[in-house]
Amino acid sequence: MTSAGSGLTLLQTCALSLLVFTGASQFALVGALAGGGNPLTAAAGAFFLGVRNAFYGLRLSQLLALSRVVRPFAAQWVIDETAAVALAQPTRRSVRIGFTVTGLSLYVLWNLTTLLGAVGAEAIGDTDAWGLDAAGPAVFLALLAPMLKATTERVVAGVAVLLGLGLLPVLPAGVPVLVAALAAPAALYAEGRRGARAADEAPGEDR
Amino acid sequence: MNIWIAIGATAVGCYVVKLIGLLIPAGVLERPLVQRLAALLPVALLASLTAQQTFADGHALVVDAKAAGLAAAAVALILRAPFLLVVAAAVVVTAGVRAMTG
Repeated sequence: MTSAGSGLTLLQTCALSLLVFTGASQFALVGALAGGGNPLTAAAGAFFLGVRNAFYGLRLSQLLALSRVVRPFAAQWVIDETAAVALAQPTRRSVRIGFTVTGLSLYVLWNLTTLLGAVGAEAIGDTDAWGLDAAGPAVFLALLAPMLKATTERVVAGVAVLLGLGLLPVLPAGVPVLVAALAAPAALYAEGRRGARAADEAPGEDR
Repeated sequence: MNIWIAIGATAVGCYVVKLIGLLIPAGVLERPLVQRLAALLPVALLASLTAQQTFADGHALVVDAKAAGLAAAAVALILRAPFLLVVAAAVVVTAGVRAMTG
């Protein structure tokens, strides 16, 4: 829906859902391309958003205990939702069932709604008049909100917003988002420094 | 053509990181620092993307109907509305403000 509004064809929109199948990355790619971004910087931002799936895969591979032949096929379904469902299951059998059912139903639903949304967006023409350009940032905000529970997360988000908006007028499209991503390692570094200083000031004190 | 390059690069990249998680032995990614970074990167990316898609018009910063839409989404999130309702609130408010201000 949002991607058809930003200059992608029906085929490109559907290919994105079929091949990438991880929502945040898809929205990021579409948003960066709509903003006139270079395809490779756009893809880089989408890629970094997809990196978290590797950590889901790590947890899941121990629980699912799949054979090497099955893993390449299961990999496409390693996303937020399947990980959340599978990791909550008590036994290996239910982990496998949870992963497969969630993966299959989401894959089918996600691609169907992509097709319907793209066809619908082509039919209504000017998507901006319907406010559909606000759907992208609203999706990001909804994904982001549950992550902002601790101070470090909030600081990282604030710094990233400032960097992203502040550098927008001066850097090529797509690059400010990648610079803003540096807020994450910077916050970790600051956290580490603070931890080290606290340890220096209170030697031998265990917390 | 450019769009296909971007789609191809994203598809390959995102698939490879998913597969890496399933293939590599546990322990390599289990270091606390790596895990913290993996948790914080999406926060930074999503925050800057949200801000840019709301306030950017090309290389210029603007405050338009989308800002009202995003505020509506934020209120919906605070009220613990379901995902689709949050997005719907943003879309409806943006369209409404745009219709009123022309």
